[in-house]
Amino acid sequence: MAGETFRGGVEPGHFKYTTEDAVEKMAAPSKVYIPMEQHIGAPCEPVVSKGDKVKLGQKIGGSDSFVSAPIHSSVSGEVVDITEYNHPIGKKAKTIVIESDGQDEADYSGGYDSLDELSSDDIKKIVKEAGIVGMGGATFPTHVKLSPPEDKPIDTVIINGAECEPYLTSDHRMMLEQGEEIVFGLKSIMKAVNCDKGVIGIEDNKKDAIENMKELVKDENNIEVMVFETKYPQGAEKQLITVATGREVPSGGLPMDVGCVVNNVGTAIAISEAIRYNKPSYERVVTVTGPGVNEAGNFKIRVGTLASEVIENCAGMSQNTRKIVMGGPMMGLSQPSPEFPVIKGTSGLLLLTENEVQFFEEKPCISCGRCIDSCPVSLLPNMIAHFTENERLEQAEEYNALDCIECGCCTYICPTKRPLVQYIRMAKGEIMAKRRKN
Amino acid sequence: MDNKLVVSSSPHLRTPETIDTIMRDVLIALVPPLAVSIWLFGLNALGVVALATVACMITEAVLVHDKISIAKIKGDWSAAVTGVLYGLSLPPSTPWWIVVIGAVVAIIIGKQLFGGIGYNIFNPALVGRAFTVLAWPNYLSDWTKPFETPDVDAASAATPLSEASAEISDLFIGTVAGSLGETSILAILIGAIYLIYRGHVDIRVPVGYMGAVAAVALIGGEDVLFHLFSGSAFFAAVYMATCMVTSPFTKTGKLFFGIGCGFFTAIFRIYGAAPEGVTYAILLMNALVPFLNKYTKPKVYGEVSS
Ligand code: SF4
Ligand code: SF4
Repeated sequence: MAGETFRGGVEPGHFKYTTEDAVEKMAAPSKVYIPMEQHIGAPCEPVVSKGDKVKLGQKIGGSDSFVSAPIHSSVSGEVVDITEYNHPIGKKAKTIVIESDGQDEADYSGGYDSLDELSSDDIKKIVKEAGIVGMGGATFPTHVKLSPPEDKPIDTVIINGAECEPYLTSDHRMMLEQGEEIVFGLKSIMKAVNCDKGVIGIEDNKKDAIENMKELVKDENNIEVMVFETKYPQGAEKQLITVATGREVPSGGLPMDVGCVVNNVGTAIAISEAIRYNKPSYERVVTVTGPGVNEAGNFKIRVGTLASEVIENCAGMSQNTRKIVMGGPMMGLSQPSPEFPVIKGTSGLLLLTENEVQFFEEKPCISCGRCIDSCPVSLLPNMIAHFTENERLEQAEEYNALDCIECGCCTYICPTKRPLVQYIRMAKGEIMAKRRKN
Repeated sequence: MDNKLVVSSSPHLRTPETIDTIMRDVLIALVPPLAVSIWLFGLNALGVVALATVACMITEAVLVHDKISIAKIKGDWSAAVTGVLYGLSLPPSTPWWIVVIGAVVAIIIGKQLFGGIGYNIFNPALVGRAFTVLAWPNYLSDWTKPFETPDVDAASAATPLSEASAEISDLFIGTVAGSLGETSILAILIGAIYLIYRGHVDIRVPVGYMGAVAAVALIGGEDVLFHLFSGSAFFAAVYMATCMVTSPFTKTGKLFFGIGCGFFTAIFRIYGAAPEGVTYAILLMNALVPFLNKYTKPKVYGEVSS
């Protein structure tokens, strides 16, 4: 099953230990910590106050800004605090703390069995109200993606089932267990953007998922399952578009500029559930894995559950755990403590032990060119890092630092262990700051 | 527990490859030519290469560290690679003191003066060789025939480049006079395949190199096969021109670099006074590397082509 591929990339190994573990529902914790920032765009403001009773799925945070997504309670119970709390992106953020009453009394019901009675705008409205964001980890508000301007017609909707990050298996399990919801979600997106071509892209290491999805769409002549080579970062939005359609998203542009909309399989399921059951986005499938966790698996976890409780539920972590990562090993964020909440964008919790947390001595660049060959964007990571190190930002910009997708391939592959993507991120931050000033 | 958690920037996976593992692979790839040189020229060959290697390693350790130990002499193996390359580029009869002086020059002038590994512009082994050729030309053009004990007084053969009668099969196997490591095309080919397989050599460099040599020979009306198989061109194309630090880091740059090296090698050979222009051809191209890097940037994804 040879798959399509893109330029560059690396093969960091699979480590997909939890492929066979069916998704289990994790018990709701007694308290959830729900941050008001769970998406790219304007943060939400609480619409409840301390002491309020809330129901499961009730809206507790919102914003007037278009690029934002409302936030809902993941339990029924009482708001016991609104405070600054640890956020997995490495800061403190306004967080609503809710004590569960264990009843799970739902605030929502109803829904639509079919898309026939819904217009494009209805679907976008439902998606927006449900607070759905990109669940692959990018957390971009989905309704914004579904609302391209008039002059940018969409001709292909792509569902991202590549799951190219090592260790993670949640998307894989969802394709096996909730394939039908994915197809419904895909059709909803296609209707929302008035497009009649759907693609489900899967890496060729997930044979059973490919078979399952193919079987589900065999009677749909406008939906195709495409098989891609297993290579990191196959699931990066722009790379996925290129292998699926042969188009290149222009530098600084968006998928809609080449007529595409890309959504993760988890997002498709969330959309399907929002339409069919009126269910807001308050829980998600998370892969809890890595040698540090005692019982790895895939779990449906409520937003706001602390990672420490998740780990507890997985029989704890081993003594020599040295790193806790939210997300996958290539792009995930390492955490100073397990006291942080699962959010809408948490695709995985990865616990690494002494054996995997290696410390390498950094050496000077030996110009091997491996970083360049691995860069899916064809940048010169060595040069951009060099310019940044020497505070020559104009040159970093001239060498297209802003086009970096921060996939980390260059840093992964560098034999002299140069922290390339770190430097490039720094350069991007400073270039953007400078642009805002001007 | 918490205070033991490591917080670091992604990616949290790194390739196990380091400078040490790359250099070890290069050393492994140098075994076939070394073995052939011992077969042809006896233990004397081993002596020259060993002396060059040890001299390079000790020189580097002394320059870089205050106190030396075995581990520091080992270093990242890069000095060892320079030493073996330099040793293999010498004629079998090179006197021991020239071997040592060239090695010291290779490390000091070729490498550490620029700031050590990664910063050097010129291939250190070639700097060492160029120095010895300039300083003691008569010792460095004293070619021993294979299977004869090299000795300063021994009957010396002209290098195969000026001896157009050499059989192609001899050149391929390596049973001809020449520098220690460069006579056997077969042995070098084995090393080349290993290096390409391990991802340390981009095939563009040796292919561009040998392609250019063949093209110039053809245009100049010379025996193409002879030019490809004789002298140090192939050895240099595989082991010297491919040095990561001193060759371009872009793929297109590598191709042009290889072609440039081959072009000058052939020009120096056919039209120059020096039969062996390889050293100067590569050193010249080394100096052009920043320029090649600059003008062979790959097209960025999504860049609007203008
Ligand atoms: S430069 Fe950016 S896009 Fe290129 S490999 Fe590095 S992190 Fe990925
Ligand atoms: S991979 Fe590392 S050593 Fe190689 S060129 Fe890039 S920065 Fe330099």
